[in-house]
Amino acid sequence: MSSSHTQTIDSQHSASLLRFMTCGSVDDGKSTLIGRLLFDTKTILADTLTQMTRTSEKRGLTAVDLSLLTDGLQAEREQGITIDVAYRYFSTGTRKYIIADAPGHEQYTRNMVTAASTANLAIILIDARKGVLTQTRRHSYLAHLVGIPHIVVAVNKMDLVNYDQAIYDKICADYLVFANEIGLAQSQIAAGNDISFIPMSALNGDMLVDRLENMPWYDGKTMIEMLEAAPSAHTEHNEPFRFPVQFVCRPHASDNPELHDFRGFMGRIESGEIAVGDAVTVLPNGYQSKVKAIQIGDAQLQSATTEQSITLLLEDEIDTSRGDMIVKSSEAQEPVKQIDAFVCWLSETPMSPARTYVIRHTTRESKAKVGAIHYKVDVNTLEEQATADLKMNDIARITFKLAQPLMVDSYNANRATGAFIIIDESSNNTVGAGMII
Amino acid sequence: MTTKQENPRQPLTHLDWLESEAIYILREVAGQCSNPVLLFSGGKDSLCILRLAEKAFRPGRFPFPLMHIDTGHNYKEVIDFRDQRAAELGERLIVRNVEDSMARGTVVLKSADESRNKHQSVTLLEAIEEFGFDCCIGGARRDEEKARAKERIMSFRDEFGQWDPKNQRPELWSLYNARSHKGENIRAFPISNWTEMDVWQYIEREKLQLPSIYFAHQRDVVMRGGSIVPVNVPLVNGEVANPVKAGEEIINMQVRFRTVGDISCTAPVISDADDVSKIVLETATSTITERGATRLDDQTSDASMEQRKKEGYF
Repeated sequence: MSSSHTQTIDSQHSASLLRFMTCGSVDDGKSTLIGRLLFDTKTILADTLTQMTRTSEKRGLTAVDLSLLTDGLQAEREQGITIDVAYRYFSTGTRKYIIADAPGHEQYTRNMVTAASTANLAIILIDARKGVLTQTRRHSYLAHLVGIPHIVVAVNKMDLVNYDQAIYDKICADYLVFANEIGLAQSQIAAGNDISFIPMSALNGDMLVDRLENMPWYDGKTMIEMLEAAPSAHTEHNEPFRFPVQFVCRPHASDNPELHDFRGFMGRIESGEIAVGDAVTVLPNGYQSKVKAIQIGDAQLQSATTEQSITLLLEDEIDTSRGDMIVKSSEAQEPVKQIDAFVCWLSETPMSPARTYVIRHTTRESKAKVGAIHYKVDVNTLEEQATADLKMNDIARITFKLAQPLMVDSYNANRATGAFIIIDESSNNTVGAGMII
Repeated sequence: MTTKQENPRQPLTHLDWLESEAIYILREVAGQCSNPVLLFSGGKDSLCILRLAEKAFRPGRFPFPLMHIDTGHNYKEVIDFRDQRAAELGERLIVRNVEDSMARGTVVLKSADESRNKHQSVTLLEAIEEFGFDCCIGGARRDEEKARAKERIMSFRDEFGQWDPKNQRPELWSLYNARSHKGENIRAFPISNWTEMDVWQYIEREKLQLPSIYFAHQRDVVMRGGSIVPVNVPLVNGEVANPVKAGEEIINMQVRFRTVGDISCTAPVISDADDVSKIVLETATSTITERGATRLDDQTSDASMEQRKKEGYF
């Protein structure tokens, strides 16, 4: 802990951003880890700390319970558990972090999948006294399924095993055996991604922001050094250009006559790059044109890249609306009317194979019917089981038949165009999440 | 044709990323909702959203009007600024007043000096019904308060405007679900992932104009219950809010506001930061959270924000 209490100011506003998630239960020290990261980066301010101290005292605790910071809602505070994904923020000056904090119990598979969907790094917590458990397998499988590129296995509570290197080494070896079994290690390596290991004590702060002196045998990165070094982008590969149209801007009623023919296609580049002059195809109709201009607000750009929200102007007048996808002509995919996907069911109402659902994929929607449920996966044993329906937290491989064509890529190749959600039109609820195979 | 980059591409800076995400969310609202509205108070967060809306929709007009729920107890500087900004943008501004709800009898104050802040919910719900809005865009951020940390980007409210924390739609990837049935409502929060620091850095980068009371100025205050309370505040209608009470000593102090809202519950902080770059520095060195320092309404209990949200508050 440092005595001066000052957040670092991001130099020239040029800090990068990393979204990560933590997997584990309260018993693994997950909330303490997050509390410690926020505390050591000076993100917890005095009044919040005072409130935490008061609550800790009220509960009869002797030290300030850092986990109180992440227990957000009244119901959770009363029960002393977290039941929903919470988002936390901290900054180191060179990087801004968004933490998705998901509860780790088995019945919260849906929360883990939710948190994982936007994360580029997962910290999987293991209690040094307990080693690799069923829940470690579950968390690793889910992180793998949702395609998180960087996995950090954090062996926590080293203070309770006398900072013993032999115990740490054994847990790392056990984890690798298991990671090989589920294909995690291989696919991480094949995709150019990584699994890292770190011994730590979230309670004491060993190897988080400060190294401290208890584990001289570990010369790897501290947790914060790992977070600082992890790439921001979901992938460093060159992905094809994918631009789902969100909104079409046609200000023809404007007083400015120059705008009478303005037709701007607004959206966010979900992957790849685009430049003025590039030949593009608008799917599913297949119209061809060239990029005339790229704008963000008033600014004219020569090119734009992944995750930028832009307005695209084309050379030709093409009838395009929300839900269409603009791609480079050389990289166009075939629209499909059937998809095969891993689905995580999110709703308390089970999936009924007889019903019609709505699938939302990028900015496009289609009615969908279940063609076949191939099997569901036991997230603890990873066994495939036959099933006739899907209950909350189930993960299954399903084929859907679609009323409208969708422009998809496989989830492994492209997270944004490989993902979809399932909506129940009677309640409008989001009831499922899918990853296209 | 362009050649492919050999090097891994440069990731966006955090401000560019946050800006792009917010623009994306605003366009999703425009694409998915049939009658949205942007809540605009003249405060710094909603001013950021106006800039984001310009970047999202120009050269077209905003696909939604602006609306302010006015308690009648707002700082004159902010109200004037609100009107000026809406006029500059050429966008439609709707104002609905808590005082009209009081006249209708739908808002009943416990006492004449009770804060009108929480009663904004009633007037907001009345306005939603009047115009048939299916989505309200707001400037709430997850870092503001504990109960907001689990808030969705697209937050579902039932016919009574109630937020049920246990019945929120899962939100995965950037696939936001803003569907609603008639009478129901979505609250959309494009700057959910921004912190107070991000907001100030964005204001600095975009050179946004703000109401003067965000900057250090001399003001008459008293100390009341451990907080700095502005007194004898002139209102738009010529009346004076927060009259000094018997026995209180008026101090003229150099202060600024970190958040701006209803006068009864917005306290200033002592500060000499008179421009944006000094405020960025002050925000970085602050030891107190934004709401802890300045929102008298959140100090009532550990769960007070959650309670207000359940009742339909933003």
